[in-house]
Amino acid sequence: MSEKTIAGKSIKLSDEGYMEDSSQWSKEVAAEMAKEDGLELGAKHFEVLEYLRKQAASGEALSIRKVGKSGIVDIKGLYQLFPGGPLKLSSKYAGIAKPTSCV
Amino acid sequence: MSNTNQKPLDKVLIICAKGNLEDVYATLVMANGAVMEGIETKVFFTFFGLEGILKKRMDKLHTATVGNPAMRMPGDLPFPTLLGALPFVETGVSTMMRSEMDKLDMPPPSEFLEMITAGGGEVYACKLAVEMFKLKKEDFSDEVKDIITIGQFYEMATGQNTQIIFT
Repeated sequence: MSEKTIAGKSIKLSDEGYMEDSSQWSKEVAAEMAKEDGLELGAKHFEVLEYLRKQAASGEALSIRKVGKSGIVDIKGLYQLFPGGPLKLSSKYAGIAKPTSCV
Repeated sequence: MSNTNQKPLDKVLIICAKGNLEDVYATLVMANGAVMEGIETKVFFTFFGLEGILKKRMDKLHTATVGNPAMRMPGDLPFPTLLGALPFVETGVSTMMRSEMDKLDMPPPSEFLEMITAGGGEVYACKLAVEMFKLKKEDFSDEVKDIITIGQFYEMATGQNTQIIFT
């Protein structure tokens, strides 16, 4: 675990870069984390992030299939929003734990 | 000399040659998992594996209740082969497996294939097997990109950090 200053706040991160404390999350933190990976977050990205945060808070297991059925974006769209890691990257920017789902 | 090259896979080619429910699913889970990790993914279905991409049959796959020593009954009892040979037993077991997988949010093969191609994965059917079973392109899921030879499939295995997996 490490601490890192993101968007002016000290954020606790796991070794893989996921936020340890979901309550430290803000849109600014998400945007800066994504920017480091070379990704500019837009309105659609944030809709997905808010959805994932809500799901994670209710204890639901996350999968790209569920996101695809959420009505926010289909799976193809999800891949376009978060290239190379639809669930991993979105979870990272949503400030929730690394996904454990195999689907 | 220590190996500092911890680079993950760039590309994976997966071959599915068997048509049991569990064999097809092993392929689909691995292929989808690779796509989700950002790994370039190509899947080749051949021989009985073609069941997994046939429009008519892909969502009705079965598991073997005869000659399957790993098969167990509820309560962890052994599953007698003779029982598996009775009418409807195999259908019941296969239906049960499908419903258990659905609970784990595992989609049916038709939807799984859509998920794989949505992420840029490519699905192919083996030309030799297609000819042997006298099938046509329109018999297959729309997600099947092409019917190709094994040689064409190998030609895709270029670049470092590429692996071929046979399930």
